[in-house]
Amino acid sequence: MNDLFIIAPFTIGLIILLGILIGKYVVWTIQLSQIDKLRILHGFFTVRTLRAIREIFWESLLHRNIWKTNPLLGYMHMSFALGWLLLIIVGHIEAYMQASSLSVSPWIPIFFRYFEHEHFYGARFFAHTMDVLLLYVLSGVVLAYGKRINSKLFGIKRTTKLKPKDRISLIALWSIFPLRLFAESATAALHGNGGFLTSGIVFRYLQVTPNIEYTLWVLYSCSLAIFFITLPFTRYMHIPTEVYYIFLKEYGIKLKKQFNSYSKIQVYSCSRCGICIDACQMHHAQISNNQSVYILKNIRDENLTDRKLYNCLLCGRCEDACPVNINLNDLRISQRIKSSKEYNSSYDFLEYSITEKADVVYFAGCMTHLTPGIKKSILTVLDTAGVNYLFLDKDKGACCGRPLMQAGQIEAAKKLIAYNRQQILESGAHTLLVSCPICYKVFRDDYELGQIDIRHHSEYFLELLHNQKITIRNTQKSIVYHDPCELGRGCKVYEQPRELLQSIGTLKKVKHEKVESLCCSGSLGDLSLSMVERNKIKEQTLEVLLKPNPDILATSCPLCKKTFVKGVDIQVKDIAELVAENIQSN
Amino acid sequence: MMKQFGYNSLKSRTIDYKNINTTLISYIIKNEPSFSSCISCGSCTATCSAANLTFFNIRRLNIQIRLGEFENIRQEIDKCMLCGKCLLVCPRGINTRNVIMLIKKGLVTFNLVE
Ligand code: SF4
Ligand code: SF4
Ligand code: SF4
Ligand code: SF4
Repeated sequence: MNDLFIIAPFTIGLIILLGILIGKYVVWTIQLSQIDKLRILHGFFTVRTLRAIREIFWESLLHRNIWKTNPLLGYMHMSFALGWLLLIIVGHIEAYMQASSLSVSPWIPIFFRYFEHEHFYGARFFAHTMDVLLLYVLSGVVLAYGKRINSKLFGIKRTTKLKPKDRISLIALWSIFPLRLFAESATAALHGNGGFLTSGIVFRYLQVTPNIEYTLWVLYSCSLAIFFITLPFTRYMHIPTEVYYIFLKEYGIKLKKQFNSYSKIQVYSCSRCGICIDACQMHHAQISNNQSVYILKNIRDENLTDRKLYNCLLCGRCEDACPVNINLNDLRISQRIKSSKEYNSSYDFLEYSITEKADVVYFAGCMTHLTPGIKKSILTVLDTAGVNYLFLDKDKGACCGRPLMQAGQIEAAKKLIAYNRQQILESGAHTLLVSCPICYKVFRDDYELGQIDIRHHSEYFLELLHNQKITIRNTQKSIVYHDPCELGRGCKVYEQPRELLQSIGTLKKVKHEKVESLCCSGSLGDLSLSMVERNKIKEQTLEVLLKPNPDILATSCPLCKKTFVKGVDIQVKDIAELVAENIQSN
Repeated sequence: MMKQFGYNSLKSRTIDYKNINTTLISYIIKNEPSFSSCISCGSCTATCSAANLTFFNIRRLNIQIRLGEFENIRQEIDKCMLCGKCLLVCPRGINTRNVIMLIKKGLVTFNLVE
């Protein structure tokens, strides 16, 4: 029979795949900025490359991060990746051993059993090993079938929908290993060269003819070819892209505000594992089309609508959960920048007031102005501690620019940033104190304030306490602390507020804390949510927070406070208010 | 004095209901239905960060949008900083920031100002 029909589909498929992949990666790499290209060059011969390889081993093969969130899902991904790779490696060793040479045609290891019926030294051992590996991959395939039929088996609420091209690719992938099992079994039945799996089960009662055997091998080769050719156009593009992404990430390349080829690489690295869907609180408001995985899919298919794009709290829960470490928040913002680029803005009305000099400059921000209790508390603490400060936006102040940034209106945000920045620098202060995590985030990320220390009030007050500038009375009350998204996941400040609160009362633990904390639902990052929807999300969050029956629900964000206060009977306090209430003058 | 409260943009005291350009208002209501429940209470303007510094008045913009008078809106809307204070004080829970975004988008999409 003509071997060509077995060899050709696989070989052609592989050549096309490699051609497209190399082409794409070369173009993406060329499109990187000059500095990023230099980063690759400088990083290449350093320990960073080794670190990248280690991460590829852990993440792309073993899928450690997925294991952590969902062991069953982790097993499924690992069995495909690791099992397949081992099949390829062991298959090659087997072929080299058999030929006693390294010059073997590239397709021989792939269709080994078909071509080699002779027994060679170690043949039994290889046959059994290969069968173990095949069984391992097949167990993953069975799980994948199961996940499609009922994703709840995996403890995931939803799984992503498929487009026709994805379906073709998926069916091809799912057929590869069963077909391999059948083809090898057929050969084993005819020539007796199989392992424990392939030599028994399948064709024990069925009569095999060389025709059936041949057809099965051709089908196996075709399924490989279809998978290879469709791979670059489907979600399976994530397999090679994630590897490439890990290298670039290790070389220190960071996501830019504007969407560029590195953003594209991140988009294509998404495996659609669906973990971000479960992390998202939006489903409490029956919203299930705006989660990050769908956004990435829409970016690839170029059919992202504003409605979906702007409907996101930018809480960062999905970003934290994503096993591939995609910068989901900034990626979404980069799309908003694209969508809103034609918008105008003009803040000519802002006047520069020559500010007086001070050690500390305090910026309250819009949200603190809306919660006078917090503002007053901050001033009380500063006065009690005898800090020489300047209240920058006491009467007339501009917004910090973060909400504009989140909405993608980056040019407008830059105007506000330039204005505030100059005022802050002119004050000659060494510390900038802010009482709103939203401001804090943009000051830290985008203001470039040089030597000036930027402090959130929870950090600053703790320093005052440590330096014995203030003392605090312990109320013995029980407190639950809510991490604001921008302060916690946004700026990684988790411990200072907790330490401060421990001097005021007894801190109680809740189910989702720190990086896993829930969003209050008030986020300005979302431009579409209605009040009704926000309230539904808030209720879920409050349920978790109030579980330990605390006397006080504490937070460190005026917006979180304002959001919660309308929904609960117990006291909701900003950490500043708690400090001010219990401060003792020295 | 009255000028400062926006009365100058009404060229005539008569409103010709038949010829009102409803493109923008329809677009906004379609995408942000909550806007139709505005009671013009003015709370948003009272707290507005931009209004604190200028005569920016989002309640007035509301009226101008409904009357289809766009000349003034473009310059005015550019002053909003999207800070979100209006959203938090609105007694009707109107998603004011989305309204602002939709005004900006609508003006460009429908070519309502040059
Ligand atoms: S964005 Fe991350 S978590 Fe979400 S599906 Fe993609 S890889 Fe999984
Ligand atoms: S940032 Fe938050 S709201 Fe937005 S998609 Fe991720 S989890 Fe959902
Ligand atoms: S606060 Fe709300 S209801 Fe009142 S004028 Fe503003 S948008 Fe309308
Ligand atoms: S979001 Fe705009 S309109 Fe609303 S209070 Fe802030 S500046 Fe004023």
